[in-house]
Amino acid sequence: MANVPEDLHYSKDHEWVRVDGDVATVGITDYAQNSLGDVVYVELPKPGETFTANESFGSVESVKAVSEVFSPVSGAVAESNDALGDAPEKVNTDPYGDGWMIRIKMSNSGEVDSLLTAAEYEDFTKAETE
Amino acid sequence: MTALAPELKVTPLNQIHRKMGGRMVDFGGWDMPVQYPAGTITEHLRTRMRAGLFDVSHMGEINVSGTQAIQFINRLTSNDASKLIDGQAQYSALTTPQGTVIDDLLVYRFGPEQFMLVVNAGTTEKDWDWIIAHRGDEEVELKNVSSEYCQLALQGPEALNILQQLTSTLLSEIKYYYFTEGQIDGIDAIISRTGYTGEDGFEVYAAAGKAEQIWNRILEVGSYGTDEGVLPCGLAARNTLRLEAAMALYGHEIDETTTLLEANLGWITKLSKGDFIGREALAKQKEEGITRRLVSFEVTDRGIARDGQDIMIDGERVGVVTSGSPAPYLKKNIGMGYVPIEFAKEGQQIQIDIRGKLTGAQIVKSPFYKREK
Repeated sequence: MANVPEDLHYSKDHEWVRVDGDVATVGITDYAQNSLGDVVYVELPKPGETFTANESFGSVESVKAVSEVFSPVSGAVAESNDALGDAPEKVNTDPYGDGWMIRIKMSNSGEVDSLLTAAEYEDFTKAETE
Repeated sequence: MTALAPELKVTPLNQIHRKMGGRMVDFGGWDMPVQYPAGTITEHLRTRMRAGLFDVSHMGEINVSGTQAIQFINRLTSNDASKLIDGQAQYSALTTPQGTVIDDLLVYRFGPEQFMLVVNAGTTEKDWDWIIAHRGDEEVELKNVSSEYCQLALQGPEALNILQQLTSTLLSEIKYYYFTEGQIDGIDAIISRTGYTGEDGFEVYAAAGKAEQIWNRILEVGSYGTDEGVLPCGLAARNTLRLEAAMALYGHEIDETTTLLEANLGWITKLSKGDFIGREALAKQKEEGITRRLVSFEVTDRGIARDGQDIMIDGERVGVVTSGSPAPYLKKNIGMGYVPIEFAKEGQQIQIDIRGKLTGAQIVKSPFYKREK
């Protein structure tokens, strides 16, 4: 069963968001990394680039396929996880920790309220696999 | 109302794949495992280092028998089946009058009047229809026996040692591209020293109903579950393994729009063996020279080339990637594709249009990977 930490917010595109003040840390969920398989390449934006909610901010590639990743919130990239350049497998081994992708300085932190809770996301993935 | 999904075909090992955690996908109408929980990279590396077990029961088998079986096969395929001896297999192709490819296949000779064609899963019906439609005057009996057989591929440097524990046939005596009829765990089987991974290994054909027993016994004697044991491998690893070995995949490197000569398959194109479908066109193309050729490339910038992306030179689109993927053993991003003949040389710099980003790549020697013998 996929791990879904209680304290995070989730998008229907399988990203998670950890909120700290007006900064949101974003990655992909355990369910998403498991569906992708071995991650071999991650492409991330540079600090300063801005995205609106649900806009693609990069891509994650497994051996078999490439998937876009979408920003669950609007704002400017404060930091990208450059460590994924040499160690993309961290997305598989630690999706909620070392496998984080970007930190965004949110322009509208109210957007977080429209994301799914852990329980809602769990129901959502169950419905998707059925 | 939504239309019901057409029912997928299953191999005799379908339940086993599910039980072992295989991630099932629709592969040309077949419900097949793309990977198991170990993951594609581990499956790929285990096959290179030790052994991998693949269910390839979806592939088709067609028996050709009769006093003129050789003549019939030689008229429909490009290689020379008359060169085969009993117990030998040959890579060949069914060709169109244009010299393009209906399918690539293996021809097995059991006896002077008894042959088996092993064809791709997704093309089995098309091949069968083509073969029937091109039946001539030869004295020959044709039988599509695809559903009667399972086919398991055990590949890798340990394949021989593992399989030897299940058979009294001396496997080291079977040469590459030869086969023998023997028993695996007491079950009648065709044991063929062939494969699609670039490794040594065997392909075993047996009655469909015996698939589970053979599969389970190979895993058992191959120490499945240990760090160095045999691993079941899915279609994704099968694809990356064959790509490292630069083997063509039907529907990608070869199809009805590519000729054998363009696909570097001149070595299975025997123009002097007598007439065959496509011979005239291929002879003409050989004389005039091909205008494009299949090449192997390595991506030199950061990025992974994927099937269908454009190959560019000096801002111009010159070809298309037929297969592109990370290469787990070589730890590079590699691919194959067609380019105009003037660019088809080692060292040629090209670019791959990876979702709008022109990414540097270089044409390299083929195959990417060759095992040490």
